[in-house]
Amino acid sequence: MATETPAKPAAATAARPARPAPRPEGNALNFFSHGFLWLWAVMVIVPVVWIVVTSFKTTREIASDPLGLPEAVQWANYANAWSDGNIGGYFLNTMQVMVFSVTGTMLLGAMAAYVLARYEFPGNRLLYFMFAGGMMFPVFLALFPLFKTLQNVALLNTYPGLVIVYIAYSLPFTVFFLTAFFRTLPSGVAEAAVVDGAGHYRLFFQVMLPMAKPGLIAITIFNIIGQWNQFLLPLVLLSRNPEDAMISQGLANLALRQGYEGDAGALFAGTVMAMLPIFVAYVLFQRQIQAGLTAGAIK
Amino acid sequence: MKHGRYLFILSFLALPVGLYAWLVILPFAQAFQISLTDWSGSSNSFEYIGLDNYINLFKDERLVLPALRHTGIILVVLPVVTIALGLFFAFMLNLGGRVRQGRIEGVRGAKFHKIVFFFPQVLSVAIVGILWKQVYAPENFGGLITGALTSVGLPAPVNGFLADKRFVLAAVIAVLVWSAVGFYLVFFSSAMASIPRDFYEAAIIDGAGRIQMFFKITLPLLWDSVQTAWIYLSIIALDVFVLIYMMTPERGGPDTASEVVGGVIWKYAFNHGEQAFASALGVVLFFAALTLAVVSLRFGRRERIEY
Repeated sequence: MATETPAKPAAATAARPARPAPRPEGNALNFFSHGFLWLWAVMVIVPVVWIVVTSFKTTREIASDPLGLPEAVQWANYANAWSDGNIGGYFLNTMQVMVFSVTGTMLLGAMAAYVLARYEFPGNRLLYFMFAGGMMFPVFLALFPLFKTLQNVALLNTYPGLVIVYIAYSLPFTVFFLTAFFRTLPSGVAEAAVVDGAGHYRLFFQVMLPMAKPGLIAITIFNIIGQWNQFLLPLVLLSRNPEDAMISQGLANLALRQGYEGDAGALFAGTVMAMLPIFVAYVLFQRQIQAGLTAGAIK
Repeated sequence: MKHGRYLFILSFLALPVGLYAWLVILPFAQAFQISLTDWSGSSNSFEYIGLDNYINLFKDERLVLPALRHTGIILVVLPVVTIALGLFFAFMLNLGGRVRQGRIEGVRGAKFHKIVFFFPQVLSVAIVGILWKQVYAPENFGGLITGALTSVGLPAPVNGFLADKRFVLAAVIAVLVWSAVGFYLVFFSSAMASIPRDFYEAAIIDGAGRIQMFFKITLPLLWDSVQTAWIYLSIIALDVFVLIYMMTPERGGPDTASEVVGGVIWKYAFNHGEQAFASALGVVLFFAALTLAVVSLRFGRRERIEY
């Protein structure tokens, strides 16, 4: 950072208030910093836009002219990815699983977090640390025993099996975050409700849950994105029938098949189709998504 | 009411705790147990062999040692580069703009940059893998970088970046940084927003430059966030595997040049049928993560500055 000019000029000119002081930084530094910001933006945008352009090319064009535009727009790639690549099917599969897994995660997570946050009982801290500690476990370690566990109860290669596994593996972060959130809620409202004769259950469902809405929304978004992108768990626990695959897994299969069949166009069309709903959701809800994903990290 | 209270606690905890214990805690505990046996994973017979697996781990020069080395490299490079870039970008977006009447502003277009930088974070690893595999592809497969290099007359690796032992690990780390930076930009950015503006305005009056402001005000006040980011990124670094699985030849190649601990666990468990050996390596990974978290929390602690 030798380009920085010493910050003296500002101090020296401070005595003469009438004239605006020159900015303390060298222009070179400023130029470099701004240039770098834009360079990074370009580095994010270019590969994404490029893959969209590529998805409209013939497989021959993709290999021979990577930087050019397609001669004719190949909608056929999309048709192939949808029908042969079964992208539509993977979408539906993933939705089917996530309707239950996200709902289940939120319900069970909120229940556990609420009790851990607002009720004193022996073992409270232990349970809390048991959940929170789970955030650090490397999931590889559990994959094989988990595989055997599901096999033993005939839930391997089934959606219910995957649903309960998703819920269990989403609980650590969900409980950790929601416990912190329930602790911040004012107790006055809860006390008033108890005085009015509300039982523990009514207190939770009718008073506390509605009050916790902002936290619940943030962590729901976190779980939706996390489970939508999950790859390892379905790869191990849902491997028998390729038709049943989740979206990430299906794309990986498509990438693998593309190696044999050489239909690169369909692969990239499939990738773009998988990216599209995420992109739309992101543009619409980017503020909430950013807040939701960084929520746990911010105290 | 007291009786009802415990019944309520029990009814709310039974299902989540039961599910968690059954599907998370128990499998992890079983993995610890398996690591002390010679179980292949398919048969029903096994014997306890003590710590033999752990001793053999460090003799496996074919896969385990290269994997430990590579994971070690990722463990250092990923947090350092990502945090440095994240802090730099966050500082620019918050305080990189012009000084107007003693008040300091962020750069113009800060909102746009935030949206763009964060986007890779919402893409699944599968998508990121496919995308970058093609970006790095050899020229005759239509790679973006190789194509661009040759079009301006520069040399490019003939088989692409991922099939080249010299580049593959760096190429994968670059993708990891690419997808993580936006998250830490937003994360640091919201931490920076809570630092009172007066601090910077006082610094301007005292004649401080941007670089001084960063090192004397921002960084010390952000120390807690940096520490949190460090732990997060370390855990991500230890768990790197899916990207390797998606992008690299032989899922860790060429010639073990991008082999990582997660990948080796995978190979031993699901390809080689050496479940016990794989579990031992997993246990090592577990303690590595635990140690890292404890160490950075203990030694990274500084006096908190209240403001």
